[in-house]
Amino acid sequence: MADETLIPLLEARGISKSFPGVRALDNVSLHVRRGEVHALLGENGAGKSTLLKILSGAQSPDAGQLFLHGLPLGHSQSPLERQRAGIVTIYQEFNLLPEMSVAENMYVGREPLRFGLIDWSALHEQSSRILSMLGLRMDPRVAVRTLTVGEQQMVEIARAMTFDAQLIIMDEPTAALSGREVESLHRIVRDLRQRGISVIYVTHRLNEVSAVCDRFTVLRDGQFVADGRVCDHSAADLVRLMVGRHVELLRHRRHRAPCEEALRVEGVSSQPASRTRATSLKDICMNVRAGEILGLAGLMGAGRTDFARILFGAERCSAGELWLKRDRVQMPRSPSEAIRQGITLLPEHRKRDGCFLQQSIRQNMSLPNLKQLTRWKLFVSERRETQFVQKYKAALGISMASDRTPIGLLSGGNQQKVLLARCLALAPQVLILDEPTRGIDVGAKSDVHELIRQTADTGVAVIVISSELLELLAISDRIGVFREGQLVAEVDGESATEQGVMSLMAVGTAA
Amino acid sequence: MKVSTLVHRYGTALVLVALAVAFGSQNSRFLSLRNLSSILTDVSICGIVAVGMTFVIISAGVDLAVGSVLGFAAMSAAWMIKLSGWDPHPAWMFALLTAVGIGAMAGYVHGKVTTLLRVPPFITTLGGLSAWRGATLLVNHGGPIHDFDAGYRWWGTGSIAGVPVPVVIFAIVASLGWVVQKYTRYGRHIYALGGNIEAARLSGLNVRALTTSVYVLVGTLAGLAGFLLSARLGSSEATAGTGYELRVIASVVIGGASLSGGTGGVGGTIIGALLIGVLSNGLVMMGVNSYYQEIVIGLIIVLAVALDSFAKGRAQS
Repeated sequence: MADETLIPLLEARGISKSFPGVRALDNVSLHVRRGEVHALLGENGAGKSTLLKILSGAQSPDAGQLFLHGLPLGHSQSPLERQRAGIVTIYQEFNLLPEMSVAENMYVGREPLRFGLIDWSALHEQSSRILSMLGLRMDPRVAVRTLTVGEQQMVEIARAMTFDAQLIIMDEPTAALSGREVESLHRIVRDLRQRGISVIYVTHRLNEVSAVCDRFTVLRDGQFVADGRVCDHSAADLVRLMVGRHVELLRHRRHRAPCEEALRVEGVSSQPASRTRATSLKDICMNVRAGEILGLAGLMGAGRTDFARILFGAERCSAGELWLKRDRVQMPRSPSEAIRQGITLLPEHRKRDGCFLQQSIRQNMSLPNLKQLTRWKLFVSERRETQFVQKYKAALGISMASDRTPIGLLSGGNQQKVLLARCLALAPQVLILDEPTRGIDVGAKSDVHELIRQTADTGVAVIVISSELLELLAISDRIGVFREGQLVAEVDGESATEQGVMSLMAVGTAA
Repeated sequence: MKVSTLVHRYGTALVLVALAVAFGSQNSRFLSLRNLSSILTDVSICGIVAVGMTFVIISAGVDLAVGSVLGFAAMSAAWMIKLSGWDPHPAWMFALLTAVGIGAMAGYVHGKVTTLLRVPPFITTLGGLSAWRGATLLVNHGGPIHDFDAGYRWWGTGSIAGVPVPVVIFAIVASLGWVVQKYTRYGRHIYALGGNIEAARLSGLNVRALTTSVYVLVGTLAGLAGFLLSARLGSSEATAGTGYELRVIASVVIGGASLSGGTGGVGGTIIGALLIGVLSNGLVMMGVNSYYQEIVIGLIIVLAVALDSFAKGRAQS
């Protein structure tokens, strides 16, 4: 356990912040002690992001005061000044320059100089020292774009260390990491704590809280709910504090008669074509029945997303055969072809590949479905579009003030529901969901799970990719495990255990 | 409504009205029917191209070659008539079809090079800017072609119920563009394409065909504008349309479109085009040296976008 010093490193007292129409934070307090890992918990929309922005200096509060080592911090400081004061924030979307090297990224704007020119040897030496201090075997000369997401995260941490950080704020650091990468992140976080550096750790994965965090603060609807020591509270306690109601993440077993096969593939292989696709698939054979939920488990880079994108025509395979409802068909060559064949994909990166952020909820939802909303096959009917949006708003429980607001203003969970509505309206036979609950809060998560079950109940074959094993175990009828480009096992959803699947993912054999 | 929202939504329109009032108070001839009609006619030819450019810029592309394509289309049309011994009847229809066809073809080439060879549209059309102008000079060895018949000239100098023909055509093109943008699937698809090309592809849109289509559209309209310009001037010059790309892009951008795509609209573009038209005409009337005009127009482009960003920032925070 961390050294418990009584003077907090950082204290936020009575912080309030309002935006037009929303009170994002209302009299919130936060105490972070020296050398502790402090979990900041709450559903999406609880005010965590706003609090982080205030701590990092990106926004100033309407009321309240921040103290560092008991001394008041000015409000109007910029993020750069906060970094110099030792408070460094690592956002979910990294702020790295992909074409530049690790060392350049760590010292960007503050490169060591000699005679007014960049002193490359000093730059590499200093960055190597920090990297090895963090136990990272990484060449500071390689370009950041060649690194995995997990390694890029490490670069962000190494960059924070160059500021002599006393407090590192990590916003959902493991959202995009695979199991092994999460482990090494946790190791580094514990190591930072050993060095007396404090960490504010925002996460939706509660098992991480017990794994690395010492204390926690829970926010709900912009208000402080509770703080305390992690060891005094169970995960169920924390969930109850976050949502204010009891959420069961138990398995809901569905009972249905086996249906006919909806999709079958044989011998799907691919080349590691580009740097966005590091994995090559080897001879994947798999089927999924109508009304079945097939979960795909695997570590990051195991090939699940590549496989999904190939089925959807978003990427090409080098070999492979496809049957839909027992009819031999050609592998789709484009997403539009896949959609015509009845295959639809909810992409992995919601904001990058799913949303049109500048556009309204309405436009986002109806885009691929406009054909059914036109008059004389030409003009989009406002009336029909409104009915369409209202229908799905009600069916999926999307909360929004108006369907004319930009989708970027919705919470992650509601954005995902809009995109799910978009997919469902295409009336697919096979629906592929890639990380459908990534970065969304606990309440929205169980809503999405329920929607997945309902969709399968209508006879749609659903394939779900998730990095959260508990999620797969909770919703899948059957789980396929990917490892290094191969489908290494298929297990029954009912009898599968977390340890069993994890072992298949990590070493390829059951525990 | 807050001032910043008002400025954001109607800023350019307000500036347009203010400018018209200011010029009018300086010189009474400015607001005469004859002068206003002349401003509109001047604006029309660029404006027709700007309607097409609006689609291109919303799709996150740009077309620098419109001026050269316009010149090439006008020259080719006149040359075809000349080649056939001034014989085809009616000559204007022959010329119109040639100009529009040549424009569409040039746009198709830009679209295909951009989508198939993955050359950024800035580069493709920068090449086009030079290449089509060269082609224009080749057609008649750099010389002008004139002596069009009255039927041909009517398209540039005639009027329908007192409204100059180019203005009528601009009004038709702009209305169609507005309807397509606001009420059709195609219009919505173009916004989606410019908003997020990967999300558009994964939503099942044929992004290559859509991208090509906007260049074909702007090329076709450049061809139409080239035909109208030659009819108005009574000759096809090898330099026709030089520098149009700047004026056209400026109209779209002043009208509120963002070069990063996904936003903008034909309505704004029309106001942008009128703003530039009023400004150049008004400055001439006030006897301002034409060199200053260029400077003023340059400043207005930058100011309009700065004002827009400022208002947008205020409206958001």
